[in-house]
Amino acid sequence: MAVQKSYEEINEKIKKGEAVVVTAEEVIGIVEEKGYEQAAREIDVVTTGTFGPMCSSGAFINFGHSNPRIKMKKVWLNGVEAYSGIAAVDAYIGAAQVAENDPENKVFPGRFVYGGGHVIHDLVAGKEIRLEATAYGTDCYPNRKVDTVITLDDVNDAFLFNPRNAYQNYNCAVNLGDRTLYTYMGILKPRVGNASYSTAGQLSPLLNDPHYRTIGIGTRIFLGGGVGYVAWNGTQHHPNVLRGDNGVPKVTAGTLSVIGDLKGMDPDWLVGLSYIGYGATMAVGIGIPIPILDEEMLHYTAVKDEDIYCPIVDYNEGYPYSKPMDLGFANFKELKSGRITINGKSVVTTPQSSYPRARKIAEILKQWILQGKFEITRPVAPIPSAEADIVFKSIPERTPNGLANGRNK
Amino acid sequence: MKNKLVCYFSTAQTEQPIIYRLVKNYDLIINILKADINPQKEGYLVVELEGSKENYEAGTRFLESLGVVLEPLSESIIWNEQICIQCGACASFCPTEALAIDRDTMEVSFHNERCVVCGMCLECCPTRAIILHFEIKEAV
Repeated sequence: MAVQKSYEEINEKIKKGEAVVVTAEEVIGIVEEKGYEQAAREIDVVTTGTFGPMCSSGAFINFGHSNPRIKMKKVWLNGVEAYSGIAAVDAYIGAAQVAENDPENKVFPGRFVYGGGHVIHDLVAGKEIRLEATAYGTDCYPNRKVDTVITLDDVNDAFLFNPRNAYQNYNCAVNLGDRTLYTYMGILKPRVGNASYSTAGQLSPLLNDPHYRTIGIGTRIFLGGGVGYVAWNGTQHHPNVLRGDNGVPKVTAGTLSVIGDLKGMDPDWLVGLSYIGYGATMAVGIGIPIPILDEEMLHYTAVKDEDIYCPIVDYNEGYPYSKPMDLGFANFKELKSGRITINGKSVVTTPQSSYPRARKIAEILKQWILQGKFEITRPVAPIPSAEADIVFKSIPERTPNGLANGRNK
Repeated sequence: MKNKLVCYFSTAQTEQPIIYRLVKNYDLIINILKADINPQKEGYLVVELEGSKENYEAGTRFLESLGVVLEPLSESIIWNEQICIQCGACASFCPTEALAIDRDTMEVSFHNERCVVCGMCLECCPTRAIILHFEIKEAV
């Protein structure tokens, strides 16, 4: 009889301490030994993990009120501006925001030593953060200035809310030009001097559930060392792309928007990053459990590095100017070996995502489930999958004649 | 020729415009890498001196004649394992495999004995877990 398990049955096993949980790496060996059907019968949950630079991350913070009260117009945390056009004392600190006094790329390449990702890391680490705010003053909010020191314990609420994380596959970046490039994919040496990639491959959450059968809105996840949830599909979610026979996208595809309480997170899993010549961002740790509802799910989770391909993209002209160029695909197993071949030339590979840390996340999540501390969730609603008719858009070029600040005259 | 030197100053020497003289009288290109000199106190200067062999030697003789103690700069790379997130980007830039990845575990390790202090890793590490350390003695 075909294997069928419900979310409820798997959670019953988790509660009784009887669930069989393995990581997305371990499942590969088990399938080789026992075959898909037997492995699907035995395994209840496969845990995934990823830890790498994830732009489109940030946190909402409610600071509480000063006395007299203030309606913050501008807010800075350790000199990094947060967006406060939300309410009086709510703000959103974005991971990619650089410090107000940062020299940026004025002396190229800039260092970007401190940004929003570093602020979030320092908050979670319990460090003291300088909070500055200015306001114009109202009858209900008379205060015009706050300059103080806060910690995470001092604020009412702080939750991570990342609009786009856990990219399902990503470009392998090269440089066809004649000068060194400083990009969000790191340093790219001229004349294809290296090839930079960023994915956890066989451990990566969305590569283990390529059609988002079990990962959807409401899925409980490991986020930044604490517990979080999938809030929505991520921005730029683009599931209807070229896929291999195994369902795995061969180009950038799905993304997730995730949310979780910053106060329950760990600074080891939210780390501020500085990319020379590019800017600041944050490494985010995400782990997602995949319930083995049937043999099909086991097939997906048994995906191996050698089954995963990503497109080779030129960051000299191809990416920045959206020039289509066919440079072929790189295989993830070869990328991990340290060298790939591009046009007959052996090229060194530069990883951006931490594979050892991804493995550790999958292991931590496995332990949480084995200890009965973490149950799996049936999605409240699915996120759009490959059959969705999603068109990837760009900013239209129009002349704003007749519009004053976007409003009709 | 071009060399990196540590110049140790005594209290009296910090009163003199030494760099000005090196530029004006000896036509040397001077790049100050690090300095800690306070008025009326001893201190040190880490400089890169560049010029013709003749000028370079005359310039360093001039410094020594003032009593400035000159020593070749000893630099080393320090890899902070606590800050490192094990992405492995540095290893792909390291020409001597001093920063190396174990391809089975994908873990990064640092082997100081292989390091030639080229500094490539300093630029590509996004966590700034790698720093350049100047060996500076207690000022003389």
